[in-house]
Amino acid sequence: MGTKRQFRIWRGDESGGDLQDYTVEVNEGEVVLDVIHRLQATDAPDLACRWNCKAGKCGSCSMEINGMPRLGCMTRMSTFGETDTVTVTPLRTFPIIRDLVTDVSFNYEKARETPAFAPPEDVAPGDYRMQQVDVERSQEFRKCIECFLCQNTCHVIRDHEENKHAFAGPRYFIRAAELDMHPLDTKTDRKEYAQAEQGLGLCNITKCCTEVCPEHIKITDNGIIPMKERVVDRRYDPLVWLGSKIFRRGQVPQTSVTSGRSSGPVHASAGHGGVHSHAGGSHDPRAEVQTQSGVNWHREVPHPTAPAVDDRGRLPLTELTFDRAAAPSPFGDDVTFPLPPEHLNFAHPTQDEQQH
Amino acid sequence: MTTTTRIERHHYDVVVIGAGGAGLRAAIEARLAGKKTAIISKSLFGKAHTVMAEGGAAAAMGNVNSRDNWQVHFRDTMRGGKFLNNFRMAELHAKESPHRIWELETYGALFDRTKDGKISQRNFGGHEYPRLAHVGDRTGLELIRTLQQKIVSLQQEDKRDHGDYEARIKVFAETTITELLLDGDRVAGAFGYYRESGEFILLEAPAVVLATGGVGRSYKVTSNSWEYTGDGHALALRAGATLINMEFLQFHPTGMVWPPSVKGILVTESVRGDGGVLKNSDGKRFMFDYVPDVFRKQYAETEEEADRWYTDPDNNRRPPELLPRDEVARAINSEVKAGRGTPAGGVYLDIASRRSAEEIRRRLPSMYHQFKELADVDITKEPMEVGPTCHYVMGGVEVDPDSGAAYGHVRGLFAAGEVSGGMHGSNRLGGNSLSDLLVFGKRAGGHAASYADQLTSRPTIAVGAVEAAVETALAPLQRDTGENPYTLQQDLQAVMGDLVGIIRREGELADALVRLTELRERVAKVSAAGGRRYNPGWHLALDLRNMLVVSECTAKAALERQESRGGHTREDYPAMDPKWRQVNLVCSLDGDAVRLTHKPLPTMRGELISLFDRTELSKYLTDEELADFDALVAHAEEAGK
Repeated sequence: MGTKRQFRIWRGDESGGDLQDYTVEVNEGEVVLDVIHRLQATDAPDLACRWNCKAGKCGSCSMEINGMPRLGCMTRMSTFGETDTVTVTPLRTFPIIRDLVTDVSFNYEKARETPAFAPPEDVAPGDYRMQQVDVERSQEFRKCIECFLCQNTCHVIRDHEENKHAFAGPRYFIRAAELDMHPLDTKTDRKEYAQAEQGLGLCNITKCCTEVCPEHIKITDNGIIPMKERVVDRRYDPLVWLGSKIFRRGQVPQTSVTSGRSSGPVHASAGHGGVHSHAGGSHDPRAEVQTQSGVNWHREVPHPTAPAVDDRGRLPLTELTFDRAAAPSPFGDDVTFPLPPEHLNFAHPTQDEQQH
Repeated sequence: MTTTTRIERHHYDVVVIGAGGAGLRAAIEARLAGKKTAIISKSLFGKAHTVMAEGGAAAAMGNVNSRDNWQVHFRDTMRGGKFLNNFRMAELHAKESPHRIWELETYGALFDRTKDGKISQRNFGGHEYPRLAHVGDRTGLELIRTLQQKIVSLQQEDKRDHGDYEARIKVFAETTITELLLDGDRVAGAFGYYRESGEFILLEAPAVVLATGGVGRSYKVTSNSWEYTGDGHALALRAGATLINMEFLQFHPTGMVWPPSVKGILVTESVRGDGGVLKNSDGKRFMFDYVPDVFRKQYAETEEEADRWYTDPDNNRRPPELLPRDEVARAINSEVKAGRGTPAGGVYLDIASRRSAEEIRRRLPSMYHQFKELADVDITKEPMEVGPTCHYVMGGVEVDPDSGAAYGHVRGLFAAGEVSGGMHGSNRLGGNSLSDLLVFGKRAGGHAASYADQLTSRPTIAVGAVEAAVETALAPLQRDTGENPYTLQQDLQAVMGDLVGIIRREGELADALVRLTELRERVAKVSAAGGRRYNPGWHLALDLRNMLVVSECTAKAALERQESRGGHTREDYPAMDPKWRQVNLVCSLDGDAVRLTHKPLPTMRGELISLFDRTELSKYLTDEELADFDALVAHAEEAGK
């Protein structure tokens, strides 16, 4: 009842391999993973391919289909033309084990380096109280199924093995963001950590990760940019800069001014500067209280897009080398003005009261 | 040959086989008890089948309806299991699950909230009050991620204290255990292979926790992933432990039957909890015709009353779409058999005409997203085509309810989660498995740790046993005359699906046993092409013998039990028989053959059975048991005076 279709699948191991041609039966309503399973049961019983749920929920069957990083179980055959050849290759960013299976241990190493949830010590289990609106920001990131397509597609490490050491990748930026936005997490330097240890500064917001995310997590807009934004905020804050000149180191509310590439990262949030960043990430506790009174920080607010900066806090691109006239917009090239009202980071005080 | 085979050796105090909810929770507990712990994961870390659980985790926290408590939860669980549950497990589960859920919050879990900031709880089939802690419809993922991240945080502590992330807890990802090794009747370790390299690994450990999940891959239409090949069940049998209740398999009533890309995938019960209704090809909402007498009191009789329940559950009875899963599965099966099914052999599940598109997307986001992307089906616009799919095995390793220690003649073996039996009786309530994982995972991990503590000598592994294990593992690669493992699996699935499926008959079951015997000979000669490096054909060839022995247990027990109860429906014995309620069917291995014995169920303690009213009990208990109950009540009344 099915039709015959052409497939080209990369077969091989770390010593090399090539694309092999298969003609295989495809039935109505099938996905690429169904076809790979049929190949295993017929022509290629030892074709290596990871999979588990075949329902888009576990993130195992990551592969590159016609060059696009995708889940095999979520790529319908009906999206290709009857005569199209479907080319399936392994994830390019990770070392090959065999056929479509790659060594993704890089991701698990980065996961281990990301500081875990720090529970409040004075709240007993069962006494955690959080508002739905406050947990939703983190919940978006917790939808992540760890398919590592974002890691695979990120051009900082795709074809740049040398960056892997200093760069945790989008998956772990949203992990840091998720914890940063967790209403009860007590660790206060998630952003600074992301900048200093995870190599957040290397990301220049091309949004490739967001594009390939099968869970449609807005990795860049909702995760990476808010994490970058406040870090940049503090770096550029002239008072902080002045303070760092006047006070001895350790007395100032210290902020991180080093990127992952520098040799001696400065650990942030020393001393009294460690204000929990949900309330706005300001370095000054008093200013923070004031800010809070007028602004409803519990709303899910898209943050202004901030540009990537180098380890001196400067934009990495000059007008001379940039691909268009003038420098990139400091708000991000995808932001148009005026911003729609619902994107403005302001809520009327009375509205704020109603909520509490 | 075997002498030259390289085997990597490790020493641990506790080895946990399985990295789903139960396995990870057990490992956390063993590590917290100070034991050096290994986690064996057949897939990558964090990819367990637990992620598929959508509805939620049942725990009587009383956040949404304060009348809920552990007694009510206990009652619902026993009722759902048709009183065949191990009452002690049901009791522990009902009492401890709220604590296990709250504990997850301290690990970083973010459940959906109520207005006053507590964990929100939702309605689910078989639960009297809203009881399922949930995160949208991806609760299983949240649970796995939370436990995974807790393990990482423990590793970070170990890195800080010992300089090595893996000093006290290590995850062996993509590793399959093929044999448990014994020293007399004591567990001494586990033997297996790395899927990546095909290299062998030997873990020496005095205590092993099985948390390998279920057996669904033996069925044609299943929601289970490839890992569900009954490994733990088979390992336990071969080590001398026993299995109970293997005749009880849960067929989830609403798996997708069309299109093929989503065949077998579950449509969560929340779709029905949130207003979805089942219709046959005549457009009739047929569930009202299938309310069994035992449930008549709790379920609405008219569509009007049922529809009022969604907004006013205190004054109306529940819609019959929310009957326990086996009832719904049977009803769908009857409709299809009567010729009122869809072209693909299912029925329609319609939420599109009952809720607004926006509401559906908000309440069932991943359901919407999943079908849109996987099958291009828009559940806000068209009804889904659903039918029963093999989903969960109630049966499993017979364990001590408090410790999770396996019965039979083996020591040092523990089991938790789907691989253990007893907790769910003849049928599991939705939401009870996620809390089961946590409650009994913790218990098994803790007790495995204390078992390892009290040992005076470490068991040792005989060289011969390791050599035999190596030989068995390599055999399919060295044969080139046998059959392709994929063909054998398809044949096994056909036997189980057609003859030991949702509705069973004596003749078919007997036929199934004959065919399984034939398959056993073919499986013994299976050959796998290719080498040892990440070779799925070889992996399947090794899994087949586990699937086969577990299927034999199921077929044998299904033939023996001459009644219909929960996840076991016999067309030739359509009624529940109180005499059979007193019996557990126990499987053990006698050489290669599966042996079946009868074992009486433990008697429920007085204070627990008194939670039920007599009319309800009379549907389940024998006359003698009812007389005992009456005496108990009379005695209590006298004492009260």
